[in-house]
Amino acid sequence: MTLADLAAAPGPASDLVLADEAATPVERARVLEGLRGRLREMRASIERGLESDAKSRTGMVGWNAKTLWNAPDELRAPLLQRVQAYAMAVNEENARMGRIVAAPTAGSAGTLPGALLGVADHLGLDEDRLLGPLALAGGIGQVISQSMFIAGSTGGCQAEIGSSAAMAAAAVTEAMGGDAAASVHAAAMALMNTIGLVCDPVGGYVEVPCVSRNAFYSVHAVASAQLALAGVTSPIPPDEVVLAMASVGRLLPPELRETGEGGIADTPTGRRIALEMAR
Amino acid sequence: MSLLDVIGPVMVGPSSSHTAGACRLALLARHAFGAEPRRARFTLHGSFAKTARGHGTDLALIAGTLGAFPDDPMIPRALDEAAARGLDVDFATADLGDVHPNSVRAVLEGEGERVMLTGSSLGGGLVRVFDVDGFRIDFSGSHPTLLLRHLDTPGVIARVARVIADDDVNIATLVSARRKRGGDAMMSIEIDRPLTAPARDYLRHLRYVTWLRELPEVMRGPDGDAVESQGVSAETEVAS
Repeated sequence: MTLADLAAAPGPASDLVLADEAATPVERARVLEGLRGRLREMRASIERGLESDAKSRTGMVGWNAKTLWNAPDELRAPLLQRVQAYAMAVNEENARMGRIVAAPTAGSAGTLPGALLGVADHLGLDEDRLLGPLALAGGIGQVISQSMFIAGSTGGCQAEIGSSAAMAAAAVTEAMGGDAAASVHAAAMALMNTIGLVCDPVGGYVEVPCVSRNAFYSVHAVASAQLALAGVTSPIPPDEVVLAMASVGRLLPPELRETGEGGIADTPTGRRIALEMAR
Repeated sequence: MSLLDVIGPVMVGPSSSHTAGACRLALLARHAFGAEPRRARFTLHGSFAKTARGHGTDLALIAGTLGAFPDDPMIPRALDEAAARGLDVDFATADLGDVHPNSVRAVLEGEGERVMLTGSSLGGGLVRVFDVDGFRIDFSGSHPTLLLRHLDTPGVIARVARVIADDDVNIATLVSARRKRGGDAMMSIEIDRPLTAPARDYLRHLRYVTWLRELPEVMRGPDGDAVESQGVSAETEVAS
């Protein structure tokens, strides 16, 4: 399956993903129920994350989602506040060893639920309407994983958060009634604008910048969906964008691939925190 | 990769490689041990050695040794759980050589038995075991896996494969390793579904098979999409 195949689907792109995954109606129903379970786990992690301000094991994060969620909406942008709070809720749960759904990885787990459930709750979309979009998100992840290993240690953060943002952009677009081409182009635009992002977590822990990065890239996914729903497309074919990201991943030096030895991790404060935690 | 592997797994954080993968490697070690271990010693390599505490790699390894899957909410409390269940744990760091940066060697002991398993967490929660008791085998935990120790004698592989085929089970991968010709050898065989009990008994009682374990598939937890449940998995005892 390629992104071109998905974009050419006559109905919603998720139909093709589900047909590829499940040969029979029984299988299809089983996959959809599995996705429903995932969606509920995502929601449960958001709810716990918005209520908790318990610190992570390193003490660097743990209160940001709750702080944002309870802050006055100064910018009068409730969708923005909701999407970011949801995304950080998941990643702060993750950082404090709570239960989350890796999507596609634990470090990028907040982006998809932040964008998809954030938009759904903002507009009052029900759960059944989100199952197809969630399947499409998975299908986008499957296609990307054919070209590169989805891990910060092999492709940098672009491989993790870029994939999650692309998956989320496609899912939001389909949930809003976008056709297959619009959904796939939303993914491509999200990916194209994540290329080059390095994986430089302080101490190697999935906290800084990971928690705030999930907030930002859930918004990035929604922004991409907004462009795609308006008819904006990627002039570079989506499959070529994936290959471009894979090639940039190979060009990244090891210091910028989850080793905690470059970028934000390699600041005086970042190094001090890493040393304290290693004791 | 199935859809539920991309949108998943459901896991206790913070890291699919350093937490979920570590838990799975320890879970495979537990099943290779085949009983309730009394002592567990973990040697951490590379990134595992450097960042274990902040990632909860230590807790995940202990929890896996106790039989937990990566989505088990017990993981953060694994130290207390180990104390309650009488498991002594111990951590060391070492250079395990030219292996993946996220690698660990687990030695489990108890009741006169001992098993040593070395593997890597490859990212996204995927794992690979490449050494059991010094034999260079290879399996991923994404299938039920047979581990057999046997004498290196002509026809063993054919005989074992025949028993599996007669049970109508498909072999996904088979890796065989021996210390020296005619000596001690081991096979890891990844199969598409668990063997039936009679087939397993038959294999265990083959003359040249000295040790057999059937490890469960560990990529899917006991939640919802479990292929088989934890605890009642089909591990086999040492041939007596």
